[in-house]
Amino acid sequence: MALRFEVLGRFNRARAARLTLPHFTCQTPLFMPVGTQGTIKGLTTDQLEEIGCQIILGNTYHLELRPGSRLIDDLGGLHKFMNWKRALLTDSGGFQMVSLLHLADITEEGVTFQSPVDGKPMLLTPEESIHIQNNIGADIIMALDDVVKTTITGPRIEEAMYRTLRWIDRCIAAHKKPDVQNLFGIVQGGLDPVLRDICVKGLVERNLPGYAIGGLAGGEDKDSFWRVVAQCTAGLPEDKPRYVMGVGYPLDIVVCSALGADMYDCVYPTRTARFGTALVPEGVLKLKQNAMATDERPIDPTCPCMVCKKYTRAYLHCLVTKDAMGSQLLSYHNLSYMMRLSRDLHMSILEGRFPEFVRGFLRIQFPKGDVPKWVRNAMVVAGIDISECCAKCPRDAMDAPGTDIPELCPPTKCS
Amino acid sequence: MRFAVTKVCGGGAKARAGVLQIGGSNIETPALLLSTRKGLPAFISRDLLASLPLPDSLLLHVCPTHFMDGPPSKTISNIGGLHHMLGLPDHILIAAAGDSIESLPTSEASNKFGASFETPAGRRLVKPSDYMELISCMKPNLWASLADEVPAWVTEKRNRVSVERTLRWLDACIALDADFGANTLGVVVGGSSIEQRKLCATEVAKRNVSGFWIGGLGLGDSPEERCSILDAAVGCLPPEKPRLVSRLGLPEEVLEGVAAGIDLFDSTYIYQLTMGGFALIFPIDMVGKKMDNGALNNSVGDFTKINLRATAYRKDTSRIVDSCSCFTCQNHTRAYLNHLLNVHEMLAQILLEIHNTHHYLCFFRLIRDSIKSGEFDGFRQQFVQDRRAHLAAAVM
Repeated sequence: MALRFEVLGRFNRARAARLTLPHFTCQTPLFMPVGTQGTIKGLTTDQLEEIGCQIILGNTYHLELRPGSRLIDDLGGLHKFMNWKRALLTDSGGFQMVSLLHLADITEEGVTFQSPVDGKPMLLTPEESIHIQNNIGADIIMALDDVVKTTITGPRIEEAMYRTLRWIDRCIAAHKKPDVQNLFGIVQGGLDPVLRDICVKGLVERNLPGYAIGGLAGGEDKDSFWRVVAQCTAGLPEDKPRYVMGVGYPLDIVVCSALGADMYDCVYPTRTARFGTALVPEGVLKLKQNAMATDERPIDPTCPCMVCKKYTRAYLHCLVTKDAMGSQLLSYHNLSYMMRLSRDLHMSILEGRFPEFVRGFLRIQFPKGDVPKWVRNAMVVAGIDISECCAKCPRDAMDAPGTDIPELCPPTKCS
Repeated sequence: MRFAVTKVCGGGAKARAGVLQIGGSNIETPALLLSTRKGLPAFISRDLLASLPLPDSLLLHVCPTHFMDGPPSKTISNIGGLHHMLGLPDHILIAAAGDSIESLPTSEASNKFGASFETPAGRRLVKPSDYMELISCMKPNLWASLADEVPAWVTEKRNRVSVERTLRWLDACIALDADFGANTLGVVVGGSSIEQRKLCATEVAKRNVSGFWIGGLGLGDSPEERCSILDAAVGCLPPEKPRLVSRLGLPEEVLEGVAAGIDLFDSTYIYQLTMGGFALIFPIDMVGKKMDNGALNNSVGDFTKINLRATAYRKDTSRIVDSCSCFTCQNHTRAYLNHLLNVHEMLAQILLEIHNTHHYLCFFRLIRDSIKSGEFDGFRQQFVQDRRAHLAAAVM
């Protein structure tokens, strides 16, 4: 174990905590930007520090391809290679299994990919994944799990869950640096509560430094999504960090934090920036729209970041998707937004005003009160009263498939 | 704007050091204008720009034609002009219509009404009135008049026409200028014809302008011709006003320009180096010192630059230039840059543009120092000689 996790404040299931890692002491809940190839696209490490990033992700699959984990190790590890002084997390390379599935063959041994660079077969075993991650040297490393798309049904999900448990033991055995790198296990099991429960219990038995909730953020309906998160956070130990992989949208992060999760990662903020979309409290602002060409306001008047302090929507409109500078500036703003969100979550829980924060957040995002049903359902479980943010008639709100919680759908006169 | 020559030096006493007092800053010349795209450097955002040498890095060349598909004039005015729109209130913005990347003069499409440019939004014809509308809403510190730049291979007649138009448009621009030419740079064209260059320069010098822009170079003129063209043009200009030139980018070209009496240089050399994955390494401490990093024995570079894409740099943990104080050299290694280039990451261009800009600005400092100490000719000779010696050695 190479971390310390201290819960400093709570509201029901939500926690504000201090996560002490070898390279940095972090505050959770926190969002981790994704720097797939050893860089966050278009931003320097100085800028990332200034924005307030605490942990960034590197991708094992990509880094092993180029420049190679051996080279990274020879040059002193990824921190030194990219000159990032704070914390790093590497994923196992497993997600590529799902995204490159047509090139992959999964067996008990591991996963065979066809390298997209030169067509050569690559075999990723649990041992190999951990070995590569040991070379890269991140503060947190992820176990190789057998990931399946949540949109798949049938016995494959059960197979994957049990294999994930078998593979965690191989990962633990292969891990050469448990004193400086924290191996997180990943809970799988699709959308099946029984399978998820077995997986949670199995991983908790292994007494790992932290746990991730995997296999989500892949197209499943939101109602199923929050229930899996809620179930897992309820079953995972209180005193260890919980990381929901691939999340995501600010709304999802707020809901998952209310349900007791601590860490998140997603390419969304930086990727959407490159398409000209800015994150704002109201939701998103599409800077490519014609109306933006003459809009003299900043992206977000409440945002203290350099981009919002110095630039107008009109100028950014002419840069985005056309010039590299547009991508840079928008990525800078979007990550600032995510870091501000992380800080707000942490501080509001710590200072005992988390429900107010959640209500304020929802009010701005859903000014007409059309808070989606899945969010309302999740907040009931989280024990946060958001009735004042919701329209009087629940039927006005967006419906999501899934079972209704009766107390949210009182009988009304509308048919 | 005020300009004063502080020291004259060199063979024929043409090279000069000076000071440009403008926009609240004192900029020493000869100096480099950083090239921009829609007003900002291609890759260096304003927070990173602040780490470059000051006040040298305050000088930016902006191209009004980049904004033709940008915010409407009224919006730019409402925002308060270019300085505010770009978030660079303290920078010195010098506007001229053409550049080598995104606003290429297409003389075959120019006509008596206006100059034509090839832009990312297609071919655009810019009339003096359009141009001055952009200038008046942008409010740059200095601006060059609209010119009809032609390449070196046009007919004599076309060349003469370009001089006539350029003069006519100069007068038209000044007439539309609220400051009556107080911040105007008159453009001198004339192609490769010594006669036309002298004529144009003499005529422009008669107008009430605050400086001169030598245009039309770097469009097919040979290096041999260039020297006499520069001399012809500059020879007819008053010495107390600053002279700018476009498209002289290579170190040797800059030295040639300085020797002819040019004060300010605008080129896209740094951008082109950056896009090619090159980093400048020629020594910018005292001339004559040996190179760092064993670059003289380096088979993947010349005396001037290294190509960081080369596999030789895969595990090179040294800085691009050991003694360089730029952000890139202080924080990153050649190996990391090699990786970024190979995986096509934007950070590669950001870091390279920072280093190359820093390095080249330091080169200009060296030039200024050599003029001030009266040793410009020797400095130029040594620099060119060292470069040729290395190339000769590489061949053997």
